[in-house]
Amino acid sequence: MLRALKSFGAFWYDFVIGDDWQVAALVVIALGLVALLAHVAGVNAWWLLPLAAFAALGWSLRRATGGKS
Amino acid sequence: MTAALPLVLTVFVACAVEAIEALTIVLAAGLTRQWRSTFQGMAAALLVLAAIVGVLGPTITLLPLTALRLVVGALLLIFGLQWLRKAILRATGYKALHDEASAYLREVAAAKAAPEVAKRGVSDWYAFTLAFKGVLLEGLEVVFIVITFGDNQRNLGAAVVGAAIAVVVVTVTGIAVRAPLAKVPENALKFSVGIMLTSFGTFWGAEGAGVKWPGNDAALLVLVPVAALVSLGYVLWLRRARRLSEAAALPRTAFSEKEGVTS
Repeated sequence: MLRALKSFGAFWYDFVIGDDWQVAALVVIALGLVALLAHVAGVNAWWLLPLAAFAALGWSLRRATGGKS
Repeated sequence: MTAALPLVLTVFVACAVEAIEALTIVLAAGLTRQWRSTFQGMAAALLVLAAIVGVLGPTITLLPLTALRLVVGALLLIFGLQWLRKAILRATGYKALHDEASAYLREVAAAKAAPEVAKRGVSDWYAFTLAFKGVLLEGLEVVFIVITFGDNQRNLGAAVVGAAIAVVVVTVTGIAVRAPLAKVPENALKFSVGIMLTSFGTFWGAEGAGVKWPGNDAALLVLVPVAALVSLGYVLWLRRARRLSEAAALPRTAFSEKEGVTS
């Protein structure tokens, strides 16, 4: 039962999060910041999420290639 | 229908990639083991998928659009960045290209080696589970793409049409050639799907978080090419870095050989 639960959890983790959990974490943090800026500070930060996403991708690629670049 | 064309095309390409991967597994099970158990495995997986759609579909439509866009946007963005990451690493040689022909040969070798065991009314349990897992896993991605894209655009019908055409085209081609579709440029397809998922995910995620995009929906027409340019930029950057590191390694090797250094 425990093994089945573990493999179920591992499947969904791999399905949603994938190879690099830090990218997923950065996306969630960036979305939180965008929401804070929009609802608390009244700033329409439409540029923040694309910037964060492309930066997260670049950072992830750099780590995946051993920072050789 | 013209307005729904980008949605149909995006879902078509994304689902075609998944269908090609499922086809490879099903062919390996059917051609090396037996078709009866393979079809039973496929049918069982399709039933589970239908149940998931039956539960998820109506539930997801009950969510308010803003919450839906935030959650689905975040998931699509994470999903898209995963696809892009893999496609870029493969395009630059840091990760081996996904080769359907070799994936097929691996599955065939494993299928030939496994013993034939009858279980729970299925005459070949290995063929059943292989087909079941392959269709279920790839099918889940298809379901995820169809529901998220269709629901966010409030046009589930168009998304279903895109996915259905993809599955039919891949299945018919697979039956016709009776071999894995190895000549399909899979990495290029994954690269473009990654760009679309990332762009739509960014757009919906930010909208769900409270952003108003300049130009509203037209912002997508800017986001998609920008995502493509940035991704191509990363490919060029990594290719250059790889060339430079290989070039830097060459003189050292030559020097070591000349000096008789073996370490």
